Amino acid sequence: MSFLDVLRKLDEFTWEIPREAQPGMRVPGIVYADRALLEKADADNALQQVANVACLPGIVKASLAMPDIHWGYGFPIGGVAAMDAEEGVVSPGGVGYDISCGVRLIKTSLSYREAKGRLEEALDLLEAGVPKGLGTKGRLRMERKEMERLMARGARELIARGIGWDEDLEAMEEGGCYPGADPSRVSEKAYARGRDQVGTLGAGNHFLEIQVVDEVYELADRLGLFPDQVVIMVHSGSRGMGHQICTDYIQVMASSLARYGYDLPDRQLVCAPVNSREGEDYLAAMACAANFAMCNREAITHWIREGFERAFRAGARSLGMEVLYDVSHNLAKLEEHEVGGEKRALLVHRKGATRAFPAGRPEVAERYSPTGQPVIIPGDMGSHSYVLVGTEEALKKSFGSTCHGAGRQLSRKAAKRKVRGDELRRRLEGMGIMVRAGHPAGLAEEAPEAYKDVREVVEICEGAGLSRRVARMRPVAVMKG
Amino acid sequence: MEHTADVGIRAWGESLGEAFRNCALGMMSLMLDLDKVGREKRVWVEAEAEDLEALLVSWLSEILFYVEAEGFAFAWFEDVEIEGGKAAAWGWGEELDPERHGLKLEVKAPTYHGLRLEEREGGWTAQVIFDV
Repeated sequence: MSFLDVLRKLDEFTWEIPREAQPGMRVPGIVYADRALLEKADADNALQQVANVACLPGIVKASLAMPDIHWGYGFPIGGVAAMDAEEGVVSPGGVGYDISCGVRLIKTSLSYREAKGRLEEALDLLEAGVPKGLGTKGRLRMERKEMERLMARGARELIARGIGWDEDLEAMEEGGCYPGADPSRVSEKAYARGRDQVGTLGAGNHFLEIQVVDEVYELADRLGLFPDQVVIMVHSGSRGMGHQICTDYIQVMASSLARYGYDLPDRQLVCAPVNSREGEDYLAAMACAANFAMCNREAITHWIREGFERAFRAGARSLGMEVLYDVSHNLAKLEEHEVGGEKRALLVHRKGATRAFPAGRPEVAERYSPTGQPVIIPGDMGSHSYVLVGTEEALKKSFGSTCHGAGRQLSRKAAKRKVRGDELRRRLEGMGIMVRAGHPAGLAEEAPEAYKDVREVVEICEGAGLSRRVARMRPVAVMKG
Repeated sequence: MEHTADVGIRAWGESLGEAFRNCALGMMSLMLDLDKVGREKRVWVEAEAEDLEALLVSWLSEILFYVEAEGFAFAWFEDVEIEGGKAAAWGWGEELDPERHGLKLEVKAPTYHGLRLEEREGGWTAQVIFDV
C-alpha cells in the first residue's frame, strides 16, 4: 500500500505517519525528507518499514527516518528507533549485519596543489598496504586470546601494539572502546569468520578515498579543515565477525520471541527485552563487534599513514595525519535523552544513521566541545562527501541523529544494467579521479547513478536542523574492494 | 530479484530438499562463478532450527560460514536430507580461490525479510533476500 495518502506534513522537511496508519503502531513515524525523497521511499516500501518499526515494544516518541531512507531488511536504512532501557527491546536487525559499519576521516597538512604529483604513487602504496575484496586475509595474525583482548578493550589494545596513535582514541566514539563488551558472548563461528580480518577493507560499498576539501563553511577552521586540503576517507565495518554475531542473535531471538509474547509485522525485526538474558548477551557481543570495527579502521589508518610516509618521504605526524573523527552508522547505544520534559535512559538503534551530538554532551570529546561532534557523510563514487557537526535541534528531534550517506536508489542489478564497470572507470578518470577496484561489475554496482544525490540529503538534514555543514570534499582517488 | 539495499533469489524444487539445494546454489552463484569451481572434495553441512523458514536461513548461514571461515567454495550439494528440524547434506567444492573463481558479491547474511517457503503445484518454492 502507499503511505503517501496518510502522511501529515508537519513542516517543510518533516512528515508524520500517524499511529492510525497501521494496526499495532505504538508511536507515530516521523520521516525527515522532501516530497521527492518521500515518493522514492514509498515506492521502495521503506515507509511501510518505518510503520513496522513503530510496532516494537518500548519504542519511545516515534519511529524515525533520516532523509537517506531506503528499503532495508526489516528496519529501513536511515532508521532511528529509541527504546526505553527498562521496558523496551533490543533488535539485532535494528543494528544490522555489519555492526558498527562506519566512516572515518584522516586529515593531512598537504594541499592538493603540492601533493598532486605524488598521489598516484600514494594510491598504489595504499592498494598494496590495505587488503581489500573478497576472500582476502588481513596482515595481522592474532591468537584467540589476543582477539578476545582486542574485542574487550577496543582500539587501545591495538595502539598498545604500535598500530595507531594514542590521540586517535579521542577521535573515536566511546574513546575507542565500546563499554560492556564481553568476548565470551561471541560464538566460535564468529571468531572463525572474523579471524585474520582486522585491517581489511572488505567489498561491496566499502571504500577508501583520497579527497580534496573543495568547499568550507563556518566551523571548518575549528576542525582543522581548509580549502584544497588532502584528506583520506575510510568506510568499513566489523567484517565477518559482525555478520556472524548478527546472524547468531537473530536466531537466538527468533527462538525466544514466542516466550516474550511479541507479535511482529516482519520476522526480521526479532527482538528481546533489553533486560533479558538474550538482550544482554546480544549487547555484550555487539559491543565486541563495535570494538572490532574500530580496530579494523584503526589498522587501516596505520597502513594509510605508512603509505603516505613513503609517497611523501616524510613522517605521518609532520604530514598532519590526524584522525578527524570515526563514526559508526550501524549501532545501538545506551544514551540519556529528554523526552516530554523528563530524562530517560534509552537504547537508541541507528540503522544507517549517524549519531550527531552537539557541544556539551558528555559523550563528545573535549577537543570538539566548541563545535559539536563531527559527522562524516560519504558520497558515492565521483560525487562529494561531507563533514557535518551535530546540533541541539538534532538532540531534540532525532535523539541526536542525522543521515549516513547518499542512500541507494537503484538495485545493484539495475545499476549494472545501466552502467558498465569499464565505462565508469573511464568516466571517473575523465573527471580526474584515479580508480583501483577489485572487479568491474563491483564498480558498476556502486556507480553514482545507483545513489541519491548526497547534496540533497545533506541539505535536507540541515534544513530540518539535524546537522550543519562544515566542509565538502571531492574524490581524487578511489579504492574499492 | 531486485531490492535497492540487497539482492534476493527465488528457487524451486520438486522436493523440499531440492528447494534447499537450489537456494544454496543460488546463494553461491551470487558470490562466485559456479562453473569455475571444481568438485574436488566434499564437506558435511548441517543446520538446525525450530521451523522450516528458520531452517532455510540457518542452512544458508551455515554454508556461508564455511565459505568465509574455511575458505571453501561450494559447486554442488548431494541430496539434502530434511528431518526432525535438521537439514543436512554433503557439499562438493574446493578451496576458495579469489583469482580463479570469478568472485562477485560479498554476501553478509541471508535475512528473514521477505522470506518465503511454500509447498505448491507438486513442489516447493522459496524466496530469500540477502544482505550484501
